[in-house]
Amino acid sequence: MNVLVFVKRVPDTESRIRIDREAKSVVEEGLNFIISPYDEYAIEEALRLREAKGGKVVVASLGPVETLATLRKALAMGADEAVLIKDDRKETYDPLRVARVLAAFARNRQADADLLLFGRMSVGSDNAAVPSMVAEILGLPQANVVTRLEIEGATATAQREIESALEKISFSLPAVVSAQKGLNEPRYETLKGIMAAKKKTIPVLTLSDLGLPEEASVPQVEVMNIELPAAKQAGKILAGTPEEAARELVRLLRTEAKAL
Amino acid sequence: MILTYIEVRNGKVKKSSLETLSEARRAAAAMGVAAEAVLVGYALDGALAEVRSSGAAKIHLLESPELADYSSQGYALALEGLVKETAPAAVFFPATAMGRDLAPRLSARLGVSLASDCTAISVSSGRLAFTRPIYAGKALLAVTLPASPAIATLRPNVFPLEPETSVEAEIIRKTVAIPAGAVKGKVVEVLGESGAAIDVAEAEIVVSGGRAMKGPEGFTLLGELAAVLPRAAVGASRTAVDSGWIGHSHQVGQTGKTVSPNIYFAFGISGAIQHLAGMSSSKVIVAVNKDPEAPMFKVADYGIVADLFQVVPALVAAIKALGA
Repeated sequence: MNVLVFVKRVPDTESRIRIDREAKSVVEEGLNFIISPYDEYAIEEALRLREAKGGKVVVASLGPVETLATLRKALAMGADEAVLIKDDRKETYDPLRVARVLAAFARNRQADADLLLFGRMSVGSDNAAVPSMVAEILGLPQANVVTRLEIEGATATAQREIESALEKISFSLPAVVSAQKGLNEPRYETLKGIMAAKKKTIPVLTLSDLGLPEEASVPQVEVMNIELPAAKQAGKILAGTPEEAARELVRLLRTEAKAL
Repeated sequence: MILTYIEVRNGKVKKSSLETLSEARRAAAAMGVAAEAVLVGYALDGALAEVRSSGAAKIHLLESPELADYSSQGYALALEGLVKETAPAAVFFPATAMGRDLAPRLSARLGVSLASDCTAISVSSGRLAFTRPIYAGKALLAVTLPASPAIATLRPNVFPLEPETSVEAEIIRKTVAIPAGAVKGKVVEVLGESGAAIDVAEAEIVVSGGRAMKGPEGFTLLGELAAVLPRAAVGASRTAVDSGWIGHSHQVGQTGKTVSPNIYFAFGISGAIQHLAGMSSSKVIVAVNKDPEAPMFKVADYGIVADLFQVVPALVAAIKALGA
């Protein structure tokens, strides 16, 4: 069973985001970058599948050269191979552009993959669209926001989170699956893993290596503006005993905020 | 024309779909074009009755026994046919689990990009502009989508409902042919659907707890408060979820759900930046915490500095007294 996992390098979720309004982009200087948290569940699931069924785990990412550190972490967790698809464009917020590149990579370089795993979304651009788009481009079935995955030969069943319930999906392989928190508990890198990862070579591909025409990398999403949300003013502190404060709160929610 | 996808679950139309259609009507009016709606599935007449007067000029029904159960491939295929035939300027979906699964599939099928989870839509010189939170709401991104159609998913609980109209929509029925082998995966079962529980992302009121809840019993207490409030759900901070006190489907924040309810109650949640990102667009925020320095107080409209284990029962009593 060969599993291809796509990961993304993103700003730490604890980061404060600053905006360069001229450049219409997020200021990267001073940000700490991590592997997108949901991607860790995808890597862990791939490693577990390899442990149960054999095969290999390949981790790939589209991003700047700094993404090599992100891929190194995936290797340290236990992935067999990692590949960087180098892309010097800043965040485009265009999921189709990313999906076209990843689908071309999967088709041209990893045609033996039985499963394509993603995190349910990359934190930051927050589109949660790339997995479905890659599935569509490759003509594969998809299961998104998955908290449980079972594979039996060439078919799989997954449970995915929907509103107040779980949807059970049955599908054939190869397929695209995106991982949600709860799918598993990602392992930490071991010292041995980190040492082994350092010795591995990470091939670096360009978009033209994937046979993509120049226009395929031009974003279809036009950014007009990026801004910080309006700062909220601190509100009223309600005094008195808990009972008095609770009664006053209910009164204000009804009469002042008109929310109740 | 702007086309709105109306999501049907268990034969019923979801409220978020009506919110989406309402916004489509406003955008269509600003562009001087029609608003139309589409339902996909099988035996849709019950759902159709719910939307006939909701302001769509035409309602398209795309039916097939093979579409009775949701599949992203089958539904995208059906929608692709309609989009090619009617050439809408835009297609709007509710940003629900189904909408967020299906919209990108259709986008890729049509070779266009999309804007996910939008919280505002505007029209300037005949073009649609979409505003969407990025970094879970730490920043707001405004984009246009030059290719046609523009595809967007719209966040639930954000767009106000338009009143129904006296004019009934024209109904256009089509039977969709699904070629053999075109659908390689589909929903076979829905588990744990109680009908009563409301998802945090859809709730009008969210009652959330953090580290100070101390354990699962604390969340039982929050459940009692949610039970006396209309359309309320229990939420939680990452700490509470990672401690195993409540399931991760309740988690609010950058690695959980992003919510915009009418009221967000934060009980014993200090207000880590990744949590604030997920809920600061709530219309009214209430913070209850023993620590007056908790960052949550900085974004709260109303704050109570006290022990939540005293405040929650007092709130339950005060709300019950309203009904009496």
